[in-house]
Amino acid sequence: MSEQSYILLIPLMPFLAFLLLGIPGKGAFSRTAGYIAGFAMLISAAISIYTAIGYFSDWGKLNGVYQQLNPVHYTWLQFTPDLSIDMGVLLDPVSVMMLVVISFISLMVHIYSISYMKGEERYNIYFSFLSLFSFSMLALVMSANIFQMYIFWELVGVSSFLLIGYYYQKPSAVAASKKAFIVTRFADLGLLIGILIVGFQAGTFDFRVLIEHLGNPGHEILTLRQNDFSPISWGMLLIFIGGAGKSAMLPLHIWLPDAMEGPTPVSALIHAATMVVAGVFLVARLFPVYYFSAWQVLPIISWVGVLSALFAAIIACTQTDIKRVLAYSTMSQIGFMMFALGVSGFGTEGLGFTASQFHLFTHAFFKALLFLCAGLVIHHVHSNEMRDMGGLKKSMPITHICFLIACLAIAGIPPFAGFFSKEEILMAAYERSKPVYWIALFTSALTAFYMFRLYFRIFWNANPHHESHHKEGPAGQLFTLIVLAAGAVVLGFIPFGNYVSTDGKPLSTGLHLVFSVAPVLLGLAGILTAFWFYKKQSDRADRFASGAGSLYQWAFHKFYIDEVWLFITRKIIMKGIGTSAAWVDKNIVDGAVNLSGNSTVRFSEKIKKIQSGKVQLYGLVYLVSVVLVVLIIIYFINRN
Amino acid sequence: MPDFLLLMKSELMITLIIFILLIIKLGKGLRNEQILTLIQVLLLVNTAIAAIITEPGKLFGEMFQSNSLICLQKTFISLALYLVSLAFSGWFRKTEHLTEFFVLMLSSVLGMYFLLSAGNLLMLFLSLELSTLPVAALANFELEKKKSAEAAMKMILSSAFSTGIMLFGISLFYGATGTLEFVQLAGAVHINNLQLMALVFLISAFAFKLSVVPFHLWTADVYQGSPTPVTAFLSVISKATMAFVLAALLFKVLAVFEPAWHWLLVWLSLATMLIGNLFAIRQTNIKRFLAFSSIAQVGFILAGMTGTAVSGTASVSFFILVYIFSNLAAFVVAGILSDQFQVEDLEGFRGLRKKNPFLAWMMALAVFSLAGIPPAAGFFGKIFLLGSGAYSGHVWFILLAALNMVVSLYYYLKIIRLMFMEESAADPVIYSVSRSEKFTLVICASGIVFTGVFSWIYDYIYRISS
Repeated sequence: MSEQSYILLIPLMPFLAFLLLGIPGKGAFSRTAGYIAGFAMLISAAISIYTAIGYFSDWGKLNGVYQQLNPVHYTWLQFTPDLSIDMGVLLDPVSVMMLVVISFISLMVHIYSISYMKGEERYNIYFSFLSLFSFSMLALVMSANIFQMYIFWELVGVSSFLLIGYYYQKPSAVAASKKAFIVTRFADLGLLIGILIVGFQAGTFDFRVLIEHLGNPGHEILTLRQNDFSPISWGMLLIFIGGAGKSAMLPLHIWLPDAMEGPTPVSALIHAATMVVAGVFLVARLFPVYYFSAWQVLPIISWVGVLSALFAAIIACTQTDIKRVLAYSTMSQIGFMMFALGVSGFGTEGLGFTASQFHLFTHAFFKALLFLCAGLVIHHVHSNEMRDMGGLKKSMPITHICFLIACLAIAGIPPFAGFFSKEEILMAAYERSKPVYWIALFTSALTAFYMFRLYFRIFWNANPHHESHHKEGPAGQLFTLIVLAAGAVVLGFIPFGNYVSTDGKPLSTGLHLVFSVAPVLLGLAGILTAFWFYKKQSDRADRFASGAGSLYQWAFHKFYIDEVWLFITRKIIMKGIGTSAAWVDKNIVDGAVNLSGNSTVRFSEKIKKIQSGKVQLYGLVYLVSVVLVVLIIIYFINRN
Repeated sequence: MPDFLLLMKSELMITLIIFILLIIKLGKGLRNEQILTLIQVLLLVNTAIAAIITEPGKLFGEMFQSNSLICLQKTFISLALYLVSLAFSGWFRKTEHLTEFFVLMLSSVLGMYFLLSAGNLLMLFLSLELSTLPVAALANFELEKKKSAEAAMKMILSSAFSTGIMLFGISLFYGATGTLEFVQLAGAVHINNLQLMALVFLISAFAFKLSVVPFHLWTADVYQGSPTPVTAFLSVISKATMAFVLAALLFKVLAVFEPAWHWLLVWLSLATMLIGNLFAIRQTNIKRFLAFSSIAQVGFILAGMTGTAVSGTASVSFFILVYIFSNLAAFVVAGILSDQFQVEDLEGFRGLRKKNPFLAWMMALAVFSLAGIPPAAGFFGKIFLLGSGAYSGHVWFILLAALNMVVSLYYYLKIIRLMFMEESAADPVIYSVSRSEKFTLVICASGIVFTGVFSWIYDYIYRISS
């Protein structure tokens, strides 16, 4: 315990709120639940910001280098004398930054939900789930070792599952939550095995010790630069698969669009700003290990990232459900963060790492903002579909401005926040891998296009179908929009490289005006195309779509990846296992039964059946197995 | 106090209980309930006595040995035995020959205690027989059922077969080395074709008792045909003992053959997991289902044994503790269902949450633990086993093992789905749960919840394993 142990309060507050609201069951706190959970989150957010200020300006630095601190530490499970699982808190620039992002966005979503979810039957349950999620996510980023992180990782998955399935009367919501759970569990399995392999190879689960070991003698296994995959590389690859599942990277992304069945504020918090970036956080947390011991994995990470970014952007251009467009855009942006890590170097070359974390930071704000705006729009027109919208800029002025700011930010138009972080990412890619850079550049133009397609279709285009007279939204919700929009405007000016870098030393990340010309121009081109297609109702877009023909159809059907998975799971795995088991059952088990004769009544025949039927067969199998095993073993031992 | 009183405390206690029961039987004065209560009290005392950890020592010219680990393993067995006597009290009360039942069961346990303490192959053989033969009689205990007779018949015939082969192996070892004592044997054996054959013969007998594929064929028939308490006894207590003994035998006596049995275990483990899982998916009978799922669990135990001596022994012992709680809980629920309503089909679980939420939740906990879902203790058990297996560095092996964990999720979660998400078509019947059944389930549940989280348990096991 040290003087910073107060940070335990950060996850503790939402946990207490979860217990308080969840235990009484449905119907309790039907008016006050939102305020209770929101208050707990407010305290959390205040402490997080206080911690961040203290860490970055006062006690976090030693000789100008940000330290990894363990303010709380407790040995929990002892595997072997030198390998144990501990519980503790790890503070470093990345986790402090994450604490601020999570608690702040969560606070905004809580405030927004107070009025948004009003009148729901399970109002308190909603807030208790939300608190549970906030608790697990905060605890996840504070975890001092991989194993502890894994526990909260699972807990985050569970709370996400609960929230996606919140409208449990809707079959689509239940199916979506099941899908999310199964896909991420599958990926989490990779994570767990990876953790075990790395833990046993490296002799520790502790992040700090693991990273310290990298340079030290006695742990050469960690820094041995072999050309082929070492066990550590395999372990780190499996860990990345876990991260890719949570972060909806190709081809494990299929759960994310369906997860939009949950309430919209939940999508803003979990499936846009916080949980889905857990994979990026995981890779960033272990970045030194990737860089020094599993460098073969980094190109895989960058290609998975950039291809996910591209694929998702293409799909986003064709979707018509606004939440799905946002979901694919989230996947695309996370792809940016992921490949930035993949192309990053270490120390003074660690621009990609810093850029990735910077983008994570700014993206959380404008993506949450986009979702919260979308929530208001959906409430307004009672539909998720673009064709039911249009011309809303008159009746929803504040939402309109906020949405526009967020779109400009995500499109990378200066001086909005997304411009700065995206420039850094492109810069990092340009320096280290040209092909990745070109794809990313194209993707960022696409981003501008599909975001403004969304913007024009919602707020411009034809006259509104709904001459809606009810107000734009409650003050609390508009307040959160304005706060987040302010964030999307100013946060880009934070000199992020001074705070977050691979080795804790400040990294200069100056802007290069000449370099920025291409991406910004391409972004503007994307916006203009969208303007031309969608500002007024016209058949230009449709004509273009039919011109693009099969490409459009492929993208519209999300490149049929869902269908491929269905084929693999239903036809190959289920049927494969099912039929082979059925075959064994039918031909061997039943066959043996039939062999031993059909049912007879008399006991003497029963005895005869037992004697002449199965048991002899059992004995035969036994004997043959023993002899075979003996022969095989003798063969192999003598061969060596 | 003479040495042997302390070292053989558990064996003496069980013998004492057997004699007490025989005397009671002669008296014929007591009702079943009274006898059962007496047995339960005596078995509780037995557990307490077993839990006294004594100094290591040897008796009778190294025929018999004891140390802290063996004491602990006997404690696990005794605890499981006590829980069995509590859990199936409904069935016991109705049984006509209660004392005989327990005399047989305790004789088998006596054999198991000697087996754990054996220091000589001859002793090993004798105690293995003592632990097996009474169980065949137990399997036949439902005299009016033909299935029960069939089960007993199959059990006795197949185990006679495996015994014969084992005896062959032992005599080969004796011929090759001239000794039967573990300590001398460990130094005298070396790898050649004859001794490899003897090794496989010896291991196959334990593989048979543990239902390792391909020596598992008897399992499902015998489990299904036997009365539920006997099935639970076979699946929990007998398996636990055999796993302990096999680990000790491999690491202490046959360590020289490591290059041979390491790969043998790897392949047997994979085959066992796979076959156990594939067959478990297709079962509709509760007992057959539990039989195959416990076969799959054995595959994981073998995976743990592929590690180093210390990690292997420790992870197997820890897993067995967890397995006792989880599997027993599942059998108790299954026993209540089959005992009260003759339900032997998995469909019996349908809508159980409505019929009896307590049973449904207990079953859910047991299933979670068996499936290895955190934070149930089964998760930690499997983690330690796979972690131990990871020492040998075959990544693909651990991957396949973990993949099997996923496959097993499929059928374990099926039970959860039946209990919680589906409604029963039939009229709701109320299952009553007696106090002792409830008590057992609560003990098992707290075992499942706390064994993993209290780190000192594994810590302690690890320390005495080295």
